[in-house]
Amino acid sequence: MKVAVITFPGSNCDYDLFKAAQQVGGDAQFIWHRERGLESYDAVLLPGGFSYGDYLRAGAIARMSPIMEDVIEFAKTGRPVLGICNGFQILCESGLLPGALMHNISLKFESKDVMLRVDRSDTMFTKDYTTGQVLRIPIAHGEGNYGADDETLKALEDQGRVVFRYVDRDGEPSDEANPNGSWNNIAGITNETGNVLGMMPHPERAMEKLLGSTDGLALFTSMAGSIQPS
Amino acid sequence: MTNPTAMQVPPREGDPEITPEIVADHGLTPEEYEKVLKIMGRDPTFTELGVFSAMWSEHCGYKNSKRLLRLLPTQAPWVIQGPGENAGVIDVGDGYALAFKIESHNHPSAVEPYQGAATGVGGILRDIFTMGARPVAVLDSLRFGDLDSGRVRYLFAGVVNGVGDYGNCVGIPNVGGEVQFDRGYEGNPIVNAMCLGLMRHEELITAAATGNGAPLMAVGARTGRDGIHGATFASEELSEDSDESSRPQVQVGDPFTEKLLLEASLELIASGAISGIQDMGAAGITSSASEMAGRGGSGVELEMTDVPVREEGMTPYEILLSESQERMLVVAHPGREDEVREILEKWELEAAVIGQVTDDGKFRILENGNVVGDIPALPLTDGCPTYEREGIESEQVVALREMDLTEHMTAEGDLTKDFLSLLRSPNVASKRWIYEQYDTTVRTGTAVRPGGDSGVIRIRGTSRAIAATTDCNGRLVYLEPRTGAMAAVAEAARNLVCVGALPTAITNNLNFGNPLKTHIYYQLREAVLGMREACSAFETPVTGGNVSLFNETDGKAIYPTPVIGMVGVIDDISKIIRHAFNSAGDDIVLLGTNSGELGGSEYLYVTYKLVAGHPPSVDLEAERLLQQAVLKMNHEEVLNSAHDCSEGGLAAAIAECALGNGETPLGVSAEVDEDLAPIVSLFGESHGRIIVSTSPENTERVLAIAALYDVPAKRIGTVTEMASGFSIKVRSGSVQARMTDVAEAYFDSIPNIMDAPTGSEA
Repeated sequence: MKVAVITFPGSNCDYDLFKAAQQVGGDAQFIWHRERGLESYDAVLLPGGFSYGDYLRAGAIARMSPIMEDVIEFAKTGRPVLGICNGFQILCESGLLPGALMHNISLKFESKDVMLRVDRSDTMFTKDYTTGQVLRIPIAHGEGNYGADDETLKALEDQGRVVFRYVDRDGEPSDEANPNGSWNNIAGITNETGNVLGMMPHPERAMEKLLGSTDGLALFTSMAGSIQPS
Repeated sequence: MTNPTAMQVPPREGDPEITPEIVADHGLTPEEYEKVLKIMGRDPTFTELGVFSAMWSEHCGYKNSKRLLRLLPTQAPWVIQGPGENAGVIDVGDGYALAFKIESHNHPSAVEPYQGAATGVGGILRDIFTMGARPVAVLDSLRFGDLDSGRVRYLFAGVVNGVGDYGNCVGIPNVGGEVQFDRGYEGNPIVNAMCLGLMRHEELITAAATGNGAPLMAVGARTGRDGIHGATFASEELSEDSDESSRPQVQVGDPFTEKLLLEASLELIASGAISGIQDMGAAGITSSASEMAGRGGSGVELEMTDVPVREEGMTPYEILLSESQERMLVVAHPGREDEVREILEKWELEAAVIGQVTDDGKFRILENGNVVGDIPALPLTDGCPTYEREGIESEQVVALREMDLTEHMTAEGDLTKDFLSLLRSPNVASKRWIYEQYDTTVRTGTAVRPGGDSGVIRIRGTSRAIAATTDCNGRLVYLEPRTGAMAAVAEAARNLVCVGALPTAITNNLNFGNPLKTHIYYQLREAVLGMREACSAFETPVTGGNVSLFNETDGKAIYPTPVIGMVGVIDDISKIIRHAFNSAGDDIVLLGTNSGELGGSEYLYVTYKLVAGHPPSVDLEAERLLQQAVLKMNHEEVLNSAHDCSEGGLAAAIAECALGNGETPLGVSAEVDEDLAPIVSLFGESHGRIIVSTSPENTERVLAIAALYDVPAKRIGTVTEMASGFSIKVRSGSVQARMTDVAEAYFDSIPNIMDAPTGSEA
């Protein structure tokens, strides 16, 4: 699996994603945002961080980087595109995913472990999970409050595109379990064709027992297992 | 090199004439000015006066502390770089070196908490990556007044937000720190930030300017009019009107630029195109250029019109003294300037040649080719007068220390109620409200997050990890500076062994009042002496640090607060221990003894608003043996948890073990049979005590190892299920509470104070 990790000025989880891809056997490469050409890759990862300092709006400037045209083309081929945290924000800003990420309802940066429920285990990112499985994954963001207009939200729910939801330890979505105010406790969604996933929590930080959780590992093994060797 | 004399320089048009008033405004005493005249052999120009003022400020010149700092132990076989560089560096094994340092940003944070704290983090990060090390962790050590003041809540919230935003954006995990709230810090918050960076030994680079003709380049952000004279400002007392008038001296941070500068700097160092690099921190271009020349035994020549500036019309004086953030001074290898420019350009930053290294030992300033400043470099950096002052203990402090606390110790009351009040005190209560605003897990290296005894970062590709902690209880230092400083070092070492790390070295941040006052100088001297004793006893040399004096508002000084930032090495990451109890049925063992003091305790502050009495004594030999015993127990893997006993005493420490991070609390059933009043047994803050838990089959071995090291040890109880509640019996009383009440008191206190709707904010 040849994996491109896109680095924007201000990305700071690029190295973590690089290591996560390696851990599941991926051949990871950093791609600087001014470079072009993703044709030879099997998967594209957009890391977390503060691209362009989150100036204007998180992800709003990064989406204008030259490489984003290639990411959009890459997504059309059906190969997996994963955006985490700032990467999710960039995917929304670039139109690959619907909706927007607003300031957390607390108006504070929120950094802690949260519980996520896997609502779909039939995507290329989640097939190694079981539906309803509850995961422990860290979050660290100031703008993770997912929202969209009613129509979009209904479409996301009706089409089963909400992949992860913030829940309590018993797997129930509740206000207390929602760290940022996201509508319907949405933590991660896919596009209509299911090959673009955006999520606020950081599965790449939950890959080793030493760091507190291994619940993120299956996301990367799922992705690796979904890719036909090229 | 012989000291060259300054050449004649005509006054620059538009610059003010040098008068005694202008000299005094620059913080130089008449004697210091005499010394300037002697070095120069003539009157300085206005530009030169500004340069001397900054370099001879306490912040850069350490004039009131240098002689004392020389007393600290700085050597050990594992020390690669001691004091004097941007940061200290130690060997941590497997070819890795650790750069680490702590720095204060107290004055700016008092005036503008968000920016003051943010730029404090920015500055310490740059000190680390200019050594060639990649920053891997940040810690913050904070002090504020009592949280019942709206102004204090505003400062606290702003500082936490500033520390968080900067580190979060750059992507450096915050792994620990501490905060204390006490009226002793009402007008002068303390904001100290510590950073740790890792590198391979061969990646180390220093900040010396060598090689006649080598180009000097300014890289990173442009120079603006912010922070002019910040170093001098930081070396004065604050007054009521510091708030408004001092704002222009506070710098503004841009963590996004910092992140780019970090990557560009590490790439520059790896490229081999440069021979030296230094942050333009306090006193900006002046200190970075003159210090690099001083270290290299060379001179520098700088052309002011070549410095990239943010606005037109800046004078050489302003350019030299600006403290605009996110700038570096680089010495390039001649002919490789374009390589430097290309790397900076990739990271969307600027690089400009602004001068060159010379061999004439001068710090020379040009404007359009005309000399506007010409100062012998070595006397400028090393000639700063240093003072040894008279130190006399304040009688008021003696009286407080000698206060008879018998009544307080034996007071009748509801011990459970006292216990819950202590847990609710922001000094004891969970600091989750703070560290949940800090990214603690970025870089996927954080093995122990904030909330434990020390933060732990693994070294990827090895079996090793680094542990770090910051500690100082200013009340204890106030009551008895020597003992208090020893206590700070001892607590830091205990916090390290409680995660399984061997204490290795320290960086310190001496936060004190005005040293020109005899009782403050006494505190400073005694604290340094206490630190010296403890660092020698524990073999933890001081590899660098920072001094922040003049922390006074309207004549009232802070508690003397020599913050200790200590680092330790864990050889085997599989043996990291944590503070939380993890299984019902485990035995609880108390290591160490209660020496019976109540002085300086949180109990006295919470109950009587009193800071008095003899602080608990420190037995360095006993501390050392305790550290060794815990490391031995951990090595044999007979411990399930370990936790240091500090603010709030034994009862609070055991509660913290039972609560853990709050997700799965356990209960406690313990009995402590000491010949002491219940209040002292439960809430006294004797040093040298660690609470460990162990599977019952290992208890005997734990007690045997303790005996081997002459450490008093006793099984005091059992970890129970949460539903069994929290119970500690002492000789004539007990604390009995439901765990839900214990958890609520501990976890909800600071959020309740900070997130409650309030009226005015300032």
